[in-house]
Amino acid sequence: MTLDQKLVAFRTIFYKEVVRFSRIWIQTILPPVITTSLYFIIFGGLIGRQIHAMEGVRYMDFIVPGLIMMSVITNSYSNVVSSFYGAKFQRSIEEMLVSPTPNWIILSGFIAGGVARGLVVGGVVTLVSLFFSRLHVYNPWVSVSVVLLTAVLFSLGGFINSIFARNFDDISIVPTFVLTPLTYLGGIFYSIQMLPEFWRRISLGNPILYMINAFRYGFLGISDINLDLSYGIIIAFILVLVAISLYLLDRGYGMRS
Amino acid sequence: MTPALSIRNLTKTYQSGYTALKGIDLDVNPGDFFALLGPNGAGKSTTIGIVTSLVTKTGGKVSVFGHDIDTDFSKAKSCIGLVPQEINLNIFEPLIQILANQAGYYGIARRRALERAEYYLGRLGLWDRRNDAVRTLSGGMKRRMMIARALIHDPRLLILDEPTAGVDIEIRRSMWEFLREINAAGTTIILTTHYLEEAESLCRHIAIIDNGLLVENTTMKKLLAKLHTETFVLDLRMPLTQLPPLPGHDIRMLDGHTLEVEISRDSGINKLFADLSARNIEVLSMRNKTNRLEQLFMSLVEGSRQHRGACRRRQA
Ligand SMILES: Nc1ncnc2c1ncn2[C@@H]1O[C@H](COP(=O)(O)OP(=O)(O)OP(=O)(O)O)[C@@H](O)[C@H]1O
Ligand SMILES: [Mg+2]
Repeated sequence: MTLDQKLVAFRTIFYKEVVRFSRIWIQTILPPVITTSLYFIIFGGLIGRQIHAMEGVRYMDFIVPGLIMMSVITNSYSNVVSSFYGAKFQRSIEEMLVSPTPNWIILSGFIAGGVARGLVVGGVVTLVSLFFSRLHVYNPWVSVSVVLLTAVLFSLGGFINSIFARNFDDISIVPTFVLTPLTYLGGIFYSIQMLPEFWRRISLGNPILYMINAFRYGFLGISDINLDLSYGIIIAFILVLVAISLYLLDRGYGMRS
Repeated sequence: MTPALSIRNLTKTYQSGYTALKGIDLDVNPGDFFALLGPNGAGKSTTIGIVTSLVTKTGGKVSVFGHDIDTDFSKAKSCIGLVPQEINLNIFEPLIQILANQAGYYGIARRRALERAEYYLGRLGLWDRRNDAVRTLSGGMKRRMMIARALIHDPRLLILDEPTAGVDIEIRRSMWEFLREINAAGTTIILTTHYLEEAESLCRHIAIIDNGLLVENTTMKKLLAKLHTETFVLDLRMPLTQLPPLPGHDIRMLDGHTLEVEISRDSGINKLFADLSARNIEVLSMRNKTNRLEQLFMSLVEGSRQHRGACRRRQA
């Protein structure tokens, strides 16, 4: 395949992914928007009024970046999981496997699709948040780059999950037992400065903490942790997951007998 | 001349430990219409799976138009179009999207991809359903859809794994016409089927696999010439109570109105009719008892099984 043809193949997979989640937007875009709005109303609006400022910002303004990030994380992940697992389950993935499209293009296409859904949902959630808070933007480059990298990272996670999944239950195990707890404990609703020393140290082992903090820094200019460290951790995770994904694809794990 | 498909000493042992292919050698010439036959579980789909890179081989070499599937896989894959045995369409996707996307995986730009998709939807009688999701199609329509998908990038080698399973007679005939046409236009075709009259009417070369080994690989003409005798069934006008002696003919009475006769290729059929007429037995109609290829197929597979049985007994 020439580079041009590879580009066509990439665009085809990406476009197909966007068409897929747009066609079923009631299942893919609407639910996270409703859930996040409820968080805004309950935690930010009702309970948040009783909570005093967090690191010098209104509680509502403090939680908005974390909630946006949470929706990006879950949606990037679940887009790739359900799309790729669905293709594996129906065996329509063979359409790509018999074609000359190289594995790294297949991977990029699915990842781009996951990133697109993460960003669309994140964007809509951001718009909704404008009803509840004033959006400060301290450093847009940080926000944009962190959200993009995080979406890539969790799309990759979803990809690997779906390669290993043998049935529909397997695709909800990681989100339920790993992703959701880590996200909630990643400092969406609180600053880890509030935690006792011991729990603060434990929290520093949670990679999602670094993403949420870096993202929040882009908006509010405050962070519990060092920004370079955040980038370093995110990029390191991405590199490792890319390597694992390509290895599994080349082996045809779970797809070729 | 570079063969369209060349397979050397191909072996496959599945993870379960089962050895499905025990060393297959096969060449398919460009432009050929090739039948790959064999009983259920013989290893046909396994062979096709390896050629199309859906199954990993244990040993051996495969090349497609001279492109090795291991070292030159991009070119090899571009040459092949596959219609798999099992339906592997995304049931939620509209037909036109599936086809246009498939073209995209071969690097065909969107506009051109859509044109080609429309053309093949028309050719395979699916134009009216182009915007419907696959799940709304009948089984036969899904089969035709898979043929359209396999052809979307103009492959030089089309491999069809039981394309006509569950397809009605009318559509099956029109599929045959269609396949003949694209074969005449230069596409090499490999076909597996359990309908032997299909293989007989379409294919020029034939290979028979049984239990992971090739038991026959020859031209259809030569194979059919191996058939020394044919069994015919004769329907009679007047019922017989007893079969008069007919020396020199291997003939049986099935019931008063029907006779069954073995005719050897050397003696021909005229003498039989002359002898029957002489005894005032009037024949209304005559037909082959089984399809000719079917008869051969059975004897070849039986033969290879007996041979294996004998070997096993000797080893024991
Ligand atoms: N994934 C697998 N794991 C283990 N064994 C397998 C697998 N796929 C096929 N086999 C075995 O390999 C043998 C050959 O199967 P294959 O599908 O190639 O047969 P086939 O000739 O296509 O038969 P059919 O006419 O029924 O389609 C069978 O015994 C089958 O059980
Ligand atoms: Mg088969």
